Amino acid sequence: MRNTTRLGLSTALALVIGASSAFAENVKIAFIDPLSGPFASTGTNGLHQYEFAAEELVNKQGGVLGGDKFEIVAFDNKISPKESLIQLQVAIDQGIRYIAQGNSSGVANALTEAIDKHNKRNPDDRVLFLNYSAVDPALTNDKCNFWHFRFDANADIKMDALTDIIAKDDGIKKVYIIGQDYSFGKAVAAAAVKFLGEKRPDIEIVGNELHPIGKVKDFTPYARKIVSSGADAMITGNWGADMVGLGKSVLENGYTGPIYTYYAAADGITAAFGAAGDGSLRLVSEGQQNPPASERAENYVKAFKAKYPDGNVSQSRITNVIEMLAKAINEAGTATDVVKVGMALEGMEHDSLWGGKIFMRPQDHQAIQDVHIFAHTKVEYDYDNSGYGMLTESTVEMAAMDSPTTCKMKRP
Amino acid sequence: MDLILVNLIDGLVTGLLLFMLSAGLTLIFSMMGVLNFAHASFYMLGAYFAYQISLFLGFWVGLLVAPIIVGVAGAGVERYGLRRVHQYGHVPELIFTFGLALLIEEVVQFIWGKSQMAYEIPEVLEFTAFAIAGNSIPAYKIFMIFMSVAIFIVLLYVLTRTRVGMIIQAALSYPKTVEALGHNVPLVFMGVFGVGTALAGVAGVIAGPVLGTFPGMAIVLGSIVFVTIVIGGLGSLWGALVASLLIGWITTFAKSYNIEMANILTGIGISPPENMSESMFRDLWTVTSPQIADILPYILMVLILVFRPYGLFGKRDA
Repeated sequence: MRNTTRLGLSTALALVIGASSAFAENVKIAFIDPLSGPFASTGTNGLHQYEFAAEELVNKQGGVLGGDKFEIVAFDNKISPKESLIQLQVAIDQGIRYIAQGNSSGVANALTEAIDKHNKRNPDDRVLFLNYSAVDPALTNDKCNFWHFRFDANADIKMDALTDIIAKDDGIKKVYIIGQDYSFGKAVAAAAVKFLGEKRPDIEIVGNELHPIGKVKDFTPYARKIVSSGADAMITGNWGADMVGLGKSVLENGYTGPIYTYYAAADGITAAFGAAGDGSLRLVSEGQQNPPASERAENYVKAFKAKYPDGNVSQSRITNVIEMLAKAINEAGTATDVVKVGMALEGMEHDSLWGGKIFMRPQDHQAIQDVHIFAHTKVEYDYDNSGYGMLTESTVEMAAMDSPTTCKMKRP
Repeated sequence: MDLILVNLIDGLVTGLLLFMLSAGLTLIFSMMGVLNFAHASFYMLGAYFAYQISLFLGFWVGLLVAPIIVGVAGAGVERYGLRRVHQYGHVPELIFTFGLALLIEEVVQFIWGKSQMAYEIPEVLEFTAFAIAGNSIPAYKIFMIFMSVAIFIVLLYVLTRTRVGMIIQAALSYPKTVEALGHNVPLVFMGVFGVGTALAGVAGVIAGPVLGTFPGMAIVLGSIVFVTIVIGGLGSLWGALVASLLIGWITTFAKSYNIEMANILTGIGISPPENMSESMFRDLWTVTSPQIADILPYILMVLILVFRPYGLFGKRDA
């Protein structure tokens, strides 16, 4: 009996080893983001978008290097920088060469530093960092390194585009800035003050305020201040429940101007605003879905919704990450020598699935792309199955193409 | 001046909402002598049940049915949970309600997910009742005020003017004697617990559309409810009302006016430090009232505990 068990075990083990060696040619991408805790819904939705993009855009098209498949390996970092570093080590130990992360610039800062160190010390198993959402400008300025590539427009680029639009609107004379009391909220406020001062010195900033993050029960008093300040427009970097609370409260209490936001979409937010946000909510982001850029983009969204009925294609840049990585690997002719892949990614121009071009700027590894201002309204391709979604209202082509960077890129 | 009136109304709404939660909690406390940590979770359940019902039958049915379901659930918790734990003393009871709060939050996340629900104000009430200097007061807020005031009056009437109320009050103070007179005291306790949680449920139903229906809604409100009943005096209905309104107005006014600490300090004759960025009191000097609005109730609680430990209207001696 015992012998049989042992035999069975060793057979199973042999099978596992055999199986893993058969799949050894897979190009693995470690997805390190929150899959549990308060931000799990954002993380899980991101993971689904990665898995779907890898399957649709690479594996079904025949893979890379003539047949190697992309495989997404998920690691839960509980949105903690410390936990992320542990997961990074696990991923590296598994022989993974590509690290994708996006939620929280705090995590991204920790990862980019750790990866830089690791790559210096271990030239034989270097890794690349594909940052798809962390928008702290420092990552492509003072803290830049060769291994980090950012596919989202950073906070400054977004604010630059946003203030371009505000500057064109002569009706706006007074602006109210409000945000969550932490690094990102402060960065948004600072950028808004800076750009508005440059572009429209006549605009009066009637309020610049921070509120405790995730602790405000009722935004009514803030809303009263905003309304009585006579603001024609308001800018906020709020996300999650703070975004919904603030937005709904100002709308209920008589504010009628535009609300310019960074993150007022998907993950339940679009559904929560519904009809109330129509005509007021604006969002600055890349990757338009309405009107769809092409039939291919349309089919992609449809196929995603068919697979994940409750999900949203909310981070469209994920398809750019996958497609550009595949292209770079093919160009470099290797998936293991990440220096060559990194060199191929640098300066790459790519036609995005969502229309427009993506240019990976070599001097700081910041993707330069079209940045859109979306309006929250009734659309064909909605979020949260609510009928409402993001309609492109205006576009800044190749936003911040010539913007300065303090990055001094050191190449290996 | 106009804004003062608007803020008074906003503070009243916040305060009355808080009252509906603290009323049930303070009743339950005077009955069991134990704080119910899961009280705010019943508030959350009220909002989620009402949201689910409103999808099929509309807001008004939700307003009617959801609190009843929450109340029945609360009564069930008392009958089959707390009553069994009771014999082991207060600490196990406390731990039981604490665990229940965590459990309810996880179950809510499991069923409805982590995103915010699209729970909406009914269309009939989606208009502006009146406006004061450009600040509109939504009709729904007026509705909230009337609901809470009506509940307070009914509660006060039942407790002080009816036979049932007399038995409840007697059972709260002298359970043994009341039992000896032939009344079913455990049933009274179960009823009070059910009604208390149902009140929290009502608060959830009417607050859900304005404050948001999401898994964190219980935590956001949980601690402030305890603060309210401590300030008001544990077990006192009037205390709960006064403390709720006080907290509502204090936080609203602190957030609405940018009172800077620097002005207060110079006002009482302290000159600002010469080099602000080097000064160890920099944070104190630069703080503004909206930043500390949400901790003001806690400061008030500490003061109350120091100077009047049994609360504003509490009967118990310290």
